[in-house]
Amino acid sequence: MASTIRVRATSSGETTEVQALIQHPMDSGFVKDAKGEIIPPHFIQQLTFEYDGKPVFSADWGGGVSKDPYVKFAFKGAKKGDDLKVSWVDNKGATDTTTAKIQ
Amino acid sequence: MRNGMLKAVLPLLLLIAGATSARAEGSEADFKTAYAAAEAANKEAGALRNQWTTTAATLAEAKKSADAGEFGKATASAREAEALAKASIFQATSEKERWKDMEIR
Amino acid sequence: MRPRSAIQLASAALALAMLACAAPAGATDKVDPVADAKAFKKFFTDKFPKVKLEDFVNGPYSMNEDLHRQWEEKEQFPPYEFSLEMGKEMFSKPFRNGKSFEDCFPNKGIGIRQNYPYFDEKEGKVVTLELALNRCREANGEPAFSYVRDEMAALTAYMAFTSRGKPFDIKIPNDPRALEAYQKGKEYFYTRRGQLNFSCATCHVQSPGERIRAEVLAPALGILNAMPIYRSEWSGMGTTSRRFTTCNSQIRGVPLNPQDDEYRNLEYYLSYVSNGLPISGPGARP
Repeated sequence: MASTIRVRATSSGETTEVQALIQHPMDSGFVKDAKGEIIPPHFIQQLTFEYDGKPVFSADWGGGVSKDPYVKFAFKGAKKGDDLKVSWVDNKGATDTTTAKIQ
Repeated sequence: MRNGMLKAVLPLLLLIAGATSARAEGSEADFKTAYAAAEAANKEAGALRNQWTTTAATLAEAKKSADAGEFGKATASAREAEALAKASIFQATSEKERWKDMEIR
Repeated sequence: MRPRSAIQLASAALALAMLACAAPAGATDKVDPVADAKAFKKFFTDKFPKVKLEDFVNGPYSMNEDLHRQWEEKEQFPPYEFSLEMGKEMFSKPFRNGKSFEDCFPNKGIGIRQNYPYFDEKEGKVVTLELALNRCREANGEPAFSYVRDEMAALTAYMAFTSRGKPFDIKIPNDPRALEAYQKGKEYFYTRRGQLNFSCATCHVQSPGERIRAEVLAPALGILNAMPIYRSEWSGMGTTSRRFTTCNSQIRGVPLNPQDDEYRNLEYYLSYVSNGLPISGPGARP
């Protein structure tokens, strides 16, 4: 099955700019469905971007982040051709991970 | 002359009507008449493809009050719903010509 | 009580007014779509001289610089990507009888979105893309999709994507019924409705670039070119049907059923007056 993580990392000079789009319902647990019942909370709690085995960006999320979250950030010390690993864990214990080459 | 008299008396009549319906024990018969009139007007608005969501909501409120036995409140809501429905009919009818005012030419 | 007598008074006043004036001068009875489209484009290009004609399809993003910047960034990783992929898969997936959507459309459905809606002379009515997709399903023994949910949005997203850049090419055949449908669509567009008494024109002709609450309004020119759209407000993808129906309820008018004649005619009119502008769908909107 296709990964839930789309990531693009581009390096220019010292800086690597990273963009990622993650497919996830991010249900807060406060919204009711058409029948009036609460849609149970289902959201990413931990999101990590790792370079060279060390985290360069990590996020602790809650229900306040919207569906299909988009993340953008920049970091230093990487170069073209290196790997960037992205992984998330949600409140149900599900995970996904992917590795992208920095362009 | 009669019109003048009616104009003078109308507010008084409305006041009396208002006072009557404000009393908690409005009759069930009053409610049924008012509700039927509101529904009929809303149906006519439907035929003109121009019902308002607030009309439907007010009708529902009227029914809810009636089911709880509060006929005075229910009748007032039904009358308001009828007024809303009639306004939507007026809107649909007058817009048949007035839309041209907005048209880009 | 007061509204009732006010309405009676107003009705009486209107009746008097209508008796008093003759038919408004300048209101021609002949339907001239070509002239309409020309006037429509001129109105918007005059109002926004710095916006290129083809940029009107980007709606609020062409009306506001800050929004435009954010949108350009977002287009690198657009939120409609997931829906688009789903649509592509669905399009070639066989129905139970072995056929697929590809068999219902010319050129297997690729690059044809700009021709919809069209006037079907046999049926005597306007046929929209969404309608054609569901008819394809039903003709092949499958249940129709809801017009306002994800599946229909994904399908139209895919078809729009294959037509990106192609100019809208809506045809009005020389048939009085087609002209009537066009005219009815135009009438719907300018008619005020709902308790808030708005017409489509109230926001999209009188106030593009201005705000309604926190949203910047899009101009009516090119407004369907980006459909279907991923709306942040909906946290998801939505079809033209979804937009028409939700807009009706937002102005406190009970929506009609998706793909009712009025909506089909409205789509016909709005698409025709945007002929020549490029398809930019699927789109993203606030």
